[in-house]
Amino acid sequence: MAQVSSVSSEQSPTAKSIVLRISRFNPEHDESSQFMEFNVKYEKWTTVLEAILDVKKHFDHSVAVRYSCRQATCGSCGMIINGKPRLACFTKISELDSNVITVEPMNNFPVIRDLAVKFEKLFDTHQKIKPYLIRDDTEIESDEKEFLQSPEEVEQYIQFANCIKCGLCNSACPTMATDSSFVGPQALAQAYRYVADSRDKGKDSRLKIIDDSHGIWRCHFAGSCSQVCPKGVDPAMGIQLLRGYMLGFRS
Amino acid sequence: MKIHYGTALAAVALVAVHILMRLTMGYAESLEYENVLANYKFVPYAIMLELILVLLAVHGFNGLRVILLELKQGRLYEKAVSYGCLAAMIGLIAYGSRTIIMTNMGMV
Repeated sequence: MAQVSSVSSEQSPTAKSIVLRISRFNPEHDESSQFMEFNVKYEKWTTVLEAILDVKKHFDHSVAVRYSCRQATCGSCGMIINGKPRLACFTKISELDSNVITVEPMNNFPVIRDLAVKFEKLFDTHQKIKPYLIRDDTEIESDEKEFLQSPEEVEQYIQFANCIKCGLCNSACPTMATDSSFVGPQALAQAYRYVADSRDKGKDSRLKIIDDSHGIWRCHFAGSCSQVCPKGVDPAMGIQLLRGYMLGFRS
Repeated sequence: MKIHYGTALAAVALVAVHILMRLTMGYAESLEYENVLANYKFVPYAIMLELILVLLAVHGFNGLRVILLELKQGRLYEKAVSYGCLAAMIGLIAYGSRTIIMTNMGMV
């Protein structure tokens, strides 16, 4: 199934070229994935997503890839690029420093087709940890102001609020590779985000949810989740801080 | 999982005491038949050995259970692993306690 083609679109003379290897797999009729190779020209600003879209435009429109915003905000285009989970729209070909770029679907997710994976489990576990503020007084009285927070209180959780649910952390997690029931670093980091929020009153119910046999204690603190996050979130640290709550070191 | 951390910390403390007690004489000498029997017959020390047995059995089999649960998932499998490890833990504690009690009561 492998083939080598060349994109001869109208590129500037400064364009260099790379070999883009795209993993092709359709679970409906393929037994295993195979790579298709394409020669793609690129500029120093060309992203991996743009190269894939070039291939779709010029060679094979059937390459399946999920994308939307193209600016690392929607979290749709996560994939394994040269062995590491990254956002395709946030990864420039020039920064990979390689003449061969291999793109594969994210690990630890069921493949829909080619580079597109199912996100149902990610969203289910995210929803499971109640990703919203829990309070008894949901209605603000007319003479009250917003729930004010000091900068220090915001600092406790703000980096975790940057999560875009791209699933790269779950893809990099070695525990997720072996334990299909593990709640995952994304959901755990979000659990910390709300537990550490001074406005939230749902700490006990959240801690109960993650304190099960496939919950927070399954994390081996490999730290790969934090290494791959494109938004600078540190799920591994969040999990450790959350353990502090579980063990009574934090309140 | 808190029980896993708790048993580990307690076992480290008690095993340290156990090793220190062994160092009061030569290692080979401490394992001689009469010396081992004397240890079991000294009630405070026998209680400490019993505690170490319980702590290490709980910690070890819970650790094994966690490893096995991580290898494979499934309701039936997880139940079998959990109850299997619990049974093995109780069996080991019962067997070890039997040795300590029999020796302490002069039945050996």
